[in-house]
Amino acid sequence: MEIKKPKIKGLPYNEFKDNEYIEELRRNGVGVIVGVLDELINWGRSNSVWPLTFATSCCGIEFMSIGAARYDFARFGFEVTRASPRQADVIMVAGTIVTKMAPVLLRLYEQMADPKYVVAVGNCAISGGPFTNSYHVVQGVDKILPVDVFIPGCPTRPEALLYGMMQLQRKIKLEHFFGEVNKKEPKSHQMPAIYPGEEPVFAEKYKQHPILANAAQNRPQADTKQAETKAE
Amino acid sequence: MSTLKAQIQNICPQAAFSHEDTDTLHAEVSPKELAGLFKHLKTDKTFLFDYMEDLIGMDFGEKLGVIYRFYSTENKQRIVLICQAESREKPELPSATPWWGIANFYEREVYDFFGIIFIGHPDMRRLFLRNDWVGYPLRKDYDASPEINPVRLDAEPMDDIAPSYSEKDGKIEEEDNLRFQKDEYVVNIGPQHPATHGVLHFQVSLEGETVKKVDVHCGYIHRGIEKMCESLTYPQTIGYTDRLDYLSAHQNRHALCACIEEAMGLEIPRRAQYIRALMDELSRIQSHLLMYACYCMDLGALTPFFYAFRDREKILNIFEDSGAGRLIQNYYVIGGVSRDLHPDFVKKTAEFIKYLPTVLPEYHKVFTGNVIFQQRSKGIGILTREQAISNGVTGPAARASGWACDLRKHQPYSVYDEVEFNEIIRTGGDCFDRYMVRMDEIHESIAIIDQLLAKLPEGDYCAKTKPVIKLPEGRYFKSVETARGEFGVFIESRGEKYPWRLKFHPPCLPLVSVVDLLTRGGKIADLISIGASLDYVVPDIDR
Ligand code: SF4
Repeated sequence: MEIKKPKIKGLPYNEFKDNEYIEELRRNGVGVIVGVLDELINWGRSNSVWPLTFATSCCGIEFMSIGAARYDFARFGFEVTRASPRQADVIMVAGTIVTKMAPVLLRLYEQMADPKYVVAVGNCAISGGPFTNSYHVVQGVDKILPVDVFIPGCPTRPEALLYGMMQLQRKIKLEHFFGEVNKKEPKSHQMPAIYPGEEPVFAEKYKQHPILANAAQNRPQADTKQAETKAE
Repeated sequence: MSTLKAQIQNICPQAAFSHEDTDTLHAEVSPKELAGLFKHLKTDKTFLFDYMEDLIGMDFGEKLGVIYRFYSTENKQRIVLICQAESREKPELPSATPWWGIANFYEREVYDFFGIIFIGHPDMRRLFLRNDWVGYPLRKDYDASPEINPVRLDAEPMDDIAPSYSEKDGKIEEEDNLRFQKDEYVVNIGPQHPATHGVLHFQVSLEGETVKKVDVHCGYIHRGIEKMCESLTYPQTIGYTDRLDYLSAHQNRHALCACIEEAMGLEIPRRAQYIRALMDELSRIQSHLLMYACYCMDLGALTPFFYAFRDREKILNIFEDSGAGRLIQNYYVIGGVSRDLHPDFVKKTAEFIKYLPTVLPEYHKVFTGNVIFQQRSKGIGILTREQAISNGVTGPAARASGWACDLRKHQPYSVYDEVEFNEIIRTGGDCFDRYMVRMDEIHESIAIIDQLLAKLPEGDYCAKTKPVIKLPEGRYFKSVETARGEFGVFIESRGEKYPWRLKFHPPCLPLVSVVDLLTRGGKIADLISIGASLDYVVPDIDR
């Protein structure tokens, strides 16, 4: 199926093409009316993504500089940084996450209202970065939270940060809002510890989360059907 | 030197001495004698060691112990004490908390990393790691396997009880102290709070709006850099300095590079010295600009934030031209700098230092004179000179309290003895003075850059070094003046490619240790103003 081209000002669509996973979001098609409504709401949502003021270390300073005049993320609607997770749409995990911080981060994420997104900013948030061998560093936030966009760099350049945030916008634009994103949150339950070799915790907890890459696995029937139609 | 030795021998007859031919005497004393020695060191006229430069926990291989560095601001002399605890299973040492304020945090850090118990310390809890952490990570026999300490996702258990140990009739007794009384009203600020400048956690006990006590919890960004450095070669370790206090990245790296170069006996080219000093000063300016931006933002003024960042970007451009990064610059290497200056560097920098003084009055106009700011900073959070020294506070915060402690002036390193500049000293010790010292230091840095640019010599920018760097056996210490105070590096080498122990002396740990002292009796809103004026960077506290 041809997928719709999301319109984002200032960046040619071709530059987005490297990210096949986004196509998954629109695989099944939508009804006309719901689709139009989706588009309207997503247009609004993607242009007013409010980030949480959250930074643990170095990358946070670059997050500050995209707030300033030179890079100015107000152009994209990200400028309303919120100090309270209740009012934020996206948590930009800028900086190293260490063992002591992990439960705090998870709690912040749980306090955010759905639909919510996670952006891992910098090598530290992706994999532990330069500190990956340390005894006290979590090797990537994706061990704790479902991440939507990874932005590499140590620190990420402000341009890269903006690009990453635009990827998130593109993703939001292609989501089904009705029936998926606006669904209820899964019930919270006791959090165990992560032991090596185990599945990340969120896998169990956020299985139903619609924007996860592995959410596609929850719809095996749709998958096979589509595969069949393709084969025909 | 010999008199110092004789006097210490008087008090501790069994002390062993070394490094007698250098300007810093090293004395090794036994734990029994140490407790008595502290009092003499602090109060005797001939010693008056009022500033504890550093307290370094060490795993000596067989025994655990501590290295103290003391400095006397009165007599301008320095001493290093080494003390090894008797048993490895139950290491115990006397506490220095009655004499030096900063010993409180330092000893908690050593307890956290090495498990050494300090007898007489009022609050022997871990400083960085979780309460339920198993083992002491900086010991050489620490088992780092993730099965023992997995990433726990349940909230950290926080006890209201803090243990302390005291000695009675030769026996060590444990006591429990209540941190907060049952009926106290305790508010948690942080670890996720915009005004804590990172991930710092304050437990504030309040009476109405008045602060009764602040308990600081660190460690939310403790990355274990010191332990990692023990398995890295020297050229690899320098990468981590930038990530400590990322706003003084150049200066931190300068300290470690200079320490290694000194230990190797490597002479670095004049041009490299100049480049380093130039970059250091530029980075001091950008750090102070960021302080200005954050201070304003914390007090609710948003416009100055844009002013400061506009000008900060100009400095980052200059860094980038010469091949350094924007924030984490990665520019200095052992022997010099990694690339030569950009051909336009001199021109651009000269333009910049001409431009900056023209906008600084604008900064003051928009913020400094503001009534709200004045009321929230003048007379708030007063730190006296004695308190600053006892708590090891250095840098602009100490100079605002009247302590002349600028290392560029008093122990000149690099080429700082070849330039003329004033040390900014104020005596109020309140938030306003701390702020003004920084703003005035920008002018001094401009003056330094101006002189350095005029004298910038031609030549090599990096000395040749061997591919494998081994330091001769010994202990090395080097400190530089960063934008926040004295940043020190301690290396113990056993003659290998890797350091046996590498300890960073962070300027921000003393800063955060005085938060309790400064806020007591003030209003809770002052906590924000005080925190912003101290200008600490949290990853530097936690390392
Ligand atoms: S990725 Fe690099 S710059 Fe970012 S937080 Fe980690 S160490 Fe700092």
